[in-house]
Amino acid sequence: MKRRLGSAFALVAALLLGGARDPILVPEVSQHEVDLRQGFTGTELLLFGAILTPEGSRAAQDYDIVVVLKGPTQSIVLREKQKVAGIWINVDSTELRSAPSYYALASTRPIKDIVDDKTAAIYELGLKWLQLSPIGAIDPGEQTRFSDGLVDLNRRSGLYREEEGGVKVSEQVLYQARIWLPSQVPTGTYTAETYAVSNGRVVASASSQVEVRKLGFERATANFAQDYGFAYGMLAVLVSIGMGWLAGRLFALR
Amino acid sequence: MDVYLPIANLSVNGLIIVGLGAITGLLSGMFGVGGGFLTTPLMIFYGIPPTVAAASAASQVTGASVSGVFAHTRRGGVDYHMGGVMVAGGIVGTGIGAGLFSLLQRLGQIDTVINILYVLMLGSIGGLMAKESIQTIRAERSGVPIAARKRRHHPMVASLPLRWRFYRSGLYISPLAPLLLGIGTGILTMLMGVGGGFILVPAMLYILGMSANVVVGTSLFQILFVTMATTMMHSMTTHAVDIVLASLLLLGSVTGAQLGAQFAQKASPVKLRLVLAIIVLLVAGRMAIGLGYRPDEIYTVAPL
Repeated sequence: MKRRLGSAFALVAALLLGGARDPILVPEVSQHEVDLRQGFTGTELLLFGAILTPEGSRAAQDYDIVVVLKGPTQSIVLREKQKVAGIWINVDSTELRSAPSYYALASTRPIKDIVDDKTAAIYELGLKWLQLSPIGAIDPGEQTRFSDGLVDLNRRSGLYREEEGGVKVSEQVLYQARIWLPSQVPTGTYTAETYAVSNGRVVASASSQVEVRKLGFERATANFAQDYGFAYGMLAVLVSIGMGWLAGRLFALR
Repeated sequence: MDVYLPIANLSVNGLIIVGLGAITGLLSGMFGVGGGFLTTPLMIFYGIPPTVAAASAASQVTGASVSGVFAHTRRGGVDYHMGGVMVAGGIVGTGIGAGLFSLLQRLGQIDTVINILYVLMLGSIGGLMAKESIQTIRAERSGVPIAARKRRHHPMVASLPLRWRFYRSGLYISPLAPLLLGIGTGILTMLMGVGGGFILVPAMLYILGMSANVVVGTSLFQILFVTMATTMMHSMTTHAVDIVLASLLLLGSVTGAQLGAQFAQKASPVKLRLVLAIIVLLVAGRMAIGLGYRPDEIYTVAPL
């Protein structure tokens, strides 16, 4: 009885405040560390959490949830092939300062039904709205052509993904999205952003981080190759000579 | 069997890579060529980044040529003097090749250049080999032997200054000729990830005019050292040698090479040469078609 009175009071208070208070968003990621090592063929991350009204009651019906997992941004050169004198060669190129190395989005409904284009562009909700920061002045048409090309390329290789309808809500309070990380994911710190959207406005957001890293042998090898090129080369040469010699000996014995 | 490649940054089926190595090893044992010409394109086709593929293929050629060099050394089939000069040229060549590689990479044309080089090299050499082996087979059938080619070095070689004696090769020529040849194959090795045996063997026979019994051994000797230098050069400049990938390839290729060598002793050399010529021409044809057709990927990404 007392509790019901309390919640009724809270409801009245919320109404009086005109709903200006933000909902409570509690996001979590199934794994904060992804280890790239032998046998790694990709992994599924579960991004889940709870959404509550400011008063603490079930609220998922009132909000749309958008989850974005983004890998570290890179400066890249994007090259475009064209047919010249009968063969396909790289002709045009553009430099992009902030291309995400990985981008995955999941939402409860199609993005265009949740927010308008302006909001989508501000929060980079969707592959269409990635802010790639091209270097130098290029005309908008060309810019769109290049960013479409990049998105298409990474989409087919599995590094960019969009799953509208990928967020499932249960019991009006828990939401969850499964996001696939393929085996060729780059290392670095990934940010998982969760947005709660209501009436076309982002009313709450929360972020957490996922560390994708190489461990043990794989990490040591990558660092060794990068930092001690000469010694690494010597090792590679010795391995190849050793194996060639060994095979020669083994077969000569037969 | 999934194996994660730490430098290529992706996981592959290890058995496929070992199999790939075995096929090229088999070819190398059967025909006395490195087999790099097949490994690099096949690895790229499988999805391994081109730079990593080219950088790791060289170490496979090293492994495959080691046992060959030992075998030829035992029967005195290596002219160390000539080989040394060519190795010196080859190392200079890999240095030049490394410079070209990074220049072309910056310009974004490395893949096109590699492909065109493959088409030109494989096309012309495959054509020559096919022609020669068909002529030989015809001559054998008709019973009329073709006139043996007179062993003589190319007039251009004779005009070079400074002459050294190369006893085992039976030559008194300028060391500049093998040096230049070494530089040329060094550049190709660095760019294409091949050993260069394809170019070396005919060049040593027809341009330098070396005696045939030291040609294969000396060519293997040069390939061994030049591919070692290439691996070193890639490790220090592109950092793209994937030791896990290379080990898998080696596992297949050194075994394949031994099996191939045993098989080669039983088969007729002329027919083997014809088969090799056909394989080479097929690869060249496939790559030539690839240049003209619309590629699967119009866009490519490179780090800035």
